[in-house]
Amino acid sequence: MNMQNAPDIRELSYAEAIREAMDIALGSDERVVLMGEDIGVYGGAFQVTGDLIDKYGPDRVMDTPISELGGAGVAVGAAMTGLRPIFEFQFSDFATLAMEQIVNQAAKIRFMLGGAVSVPLVMRFPAGSGTGAAAQHSQSIEAWLGHVPGLKVIQPSTPEDAKGMLLAALEDPDPVMIFEHKILYKMRGPVPEGHYTTPIGKAAVRREGKDLTIVATSLMVHKALAAADDLAQNGIDAEVIDLRTIRPMDRDTVLASVRKTGRLICVYEGVKTLGVGAEISAMVAESDAFDYLDAPIIRLGGAESPIPYNPELEKAVVPQVPDILNAATELAQGRL
Amino acid sequence: MSDPNTPYAIRTYDAETLKDALRKMFLIRKFEEGAEDSYTRGLIHGTMHLSIGQEASAVGSCMSLSDADKITSTHRGHGHCVAKGADLGRMFAEFFGKEDGYCRGRGGSMHIADVEKGNLGANGIVGGGLPIAVGAALSAKRLGTGAVTVCFFGDGANNEGAFHEALNMAAVWKLPVVFVCENNRYGMSTSTEKSTAVKHIADRASAYNMPGTTVDGNDFSAVAEAVDTAVAHARAGNGPSLVENLTYRWRGHSKSDRNRYRTKEEISDWMARDPILHMSALLVEHKVMSEADVAALETETAQVIQDAIAFANASPAPTAAEATRFVYTDGEAA
Repeated sequence: MNMQNAPDIRELSYAEAIREAMDIALGSDERVVLMGEDIGVYGGAFQVTGDLIDKYGPDRVMDTPISELGGAGVAVGAAMTGLRPIFEFQFSDFATLAMEQIVNQAAKIRFMLGGAVSVPLVMRFPAGSGTGAAAQHSQSIEAWLGHVPGLKVIQPSTPEDAKGMLLAALEDPDPVMIFEHKILYKMRGPVPEGHYTTPIGKAAVRREGKDLTIVATSLMVHKALAAADDLAQNGIDAEVIDLRTIRPMDRDTVLASVRKTGRLICVYEGVKTLGVGAEISAMVAESDAFDYLDAPIIRLGGAESPIPYNPELEKAVVPQVPDILNAATELAQGRL
Repeated sequence: MSDPNTPYAIRTYDAETLKDALRKMFLIRKFEEGAEDSYTRGLIHGTMHLSIGQEASAVGSCMSLSDADKITSTHRGHGHCVAKGADLGRMFAEFFGKEDGYCRGRGGSMHIADVEKGNLGANGIVGGGLPIAVGAALSAKRLGTGAVTVCFFGDGANNEGAFHEALNMAAVWKLPVVFVCENNRYGMSTSTEKSTAVKHIADRASAYNMPGTTVDGNDFSAVAEAVDTAVAHARAGNGPSLVENLTYRWRGHSKSDRNRYRTKEEISDWMARDPILHMSALLVEHKVMSEADVAALETETAQVIQDAIAFANASPAPTAAEATRFVYTDGEAA
């Protein structure tokens, strides 16, 4: 973590922070139920729900059958009729089985019904590579859902945001999709006590700088911050923006930074083509910030490939710190 | 009235209830005919799926439901909406894409809903409403509302994964939901014989450890008896049931249908089993209504439809400036 830690704020892991948010929600609102595969006594595949079943029982921490489509639809119907479900996909990849309910139903019901009902649904998607789980357990499909009007799609990168944005998602009347990078689950950081919310749709400037802007998502925020530390030793002052929400995207924060630095790198783990970086780039290109650019925009995204099993290959298909360092150095030194 | 040979509906409901049921069946028939006529005259922008011939299934399945009880409906959903008590003018307004429509013109025929009356909506995706109905039943159980959800779906949906996942979860969690399959013999053009491995879709109930019943879906009394029983079973906390109403749509799947997969004889045979004629004859036979009463009801409902169409025609259209309204509750563009 590159954030200054106040000495009196306790640290939690990202997974513990999510669990604390769910604990607060379950404890304060009878309508909240958790649903997912093996989230009960098993505690969830990544131990995010942990022992919440002991405190709230199996009626509120509900193990579903291995029925992603049906389970997601039950969550949609429950959200329409008075409950506030938090639905966990065991791996974000498995959401492909539930796309019908997410895309055709959850996202569109309020619109199709002319505002007669809302779908206050929270879904959690453990995402990303780096665990050796190969091509069907390692994807970053957030851009798929980011393409669907009616959904909100967030990617908290710190324990503090993981808690605050989950609590914000629960207060949101519309479906919020939370992509949690699995590598972040064990990352520790300061987390305020009690109930607080971190706004959806607002990016965070994690490091201020004047020479170039790096807009990153999720785990890539931490890689960008590591690269920025190295860049600083070479006299390059990078600004790092944690996008946090990909729908709706925080246009103001990104454009203000690009106007200041004149250089932009987008770093994200999802497949590069047609991904989050394409949208950020287009947003800049379509705005007055384009006139401030001193160099081409660089996108560092996932390779045009499924995620391989072999650990060296797995690293090779997603952006790493040296990739960011090289791109930023080239960009800052005017070689592009 | 204690004669066991007296049909269930006559034994069970009072005269006003029975007349209202027949009135709703007429309203459905005439809504569909009015919709078809409007389409023919170029007033309708999209397509539609008419339920003429299936009126007993829609009305008979909602007899023991209150406004607090929920239904989920299908692309062939106009009848369910009427059966659950919808206003015909607002239905036509939706069909015409107008602001006074149930969805303010944003949903159209395939998404008509009436949330205040418990209709959570028609659905354009075959099987889409099945898990949603289970979710509504989960809410009712957790929140202790006592509400039951009736989930309408067609024979086509019984081969979707969502059907199997939904029935299984409803049974595992013992939820207050009744799955009502309207088996009209064809999923678009493909017959149940070609698409479905079991003879009766209700046989699939045994795979999910719930009661399954197949009834003549054109016999109002038979449908009402089966679904009332299933609703009572659900309301008593005994979990879900599956009821299969054997019926037939007189019209094609949608407006593009050339009826090449079925014979004229088959269609005319089923038209001879008109559920409205059947219900009318039942009520006349048991002296609930006279033939003149039935004729008067038909005339009255025809006028309701004309008034509803006039209301819808007069309703304002939504403006293009509001094309993306209702995407998000807070109204902010994402």
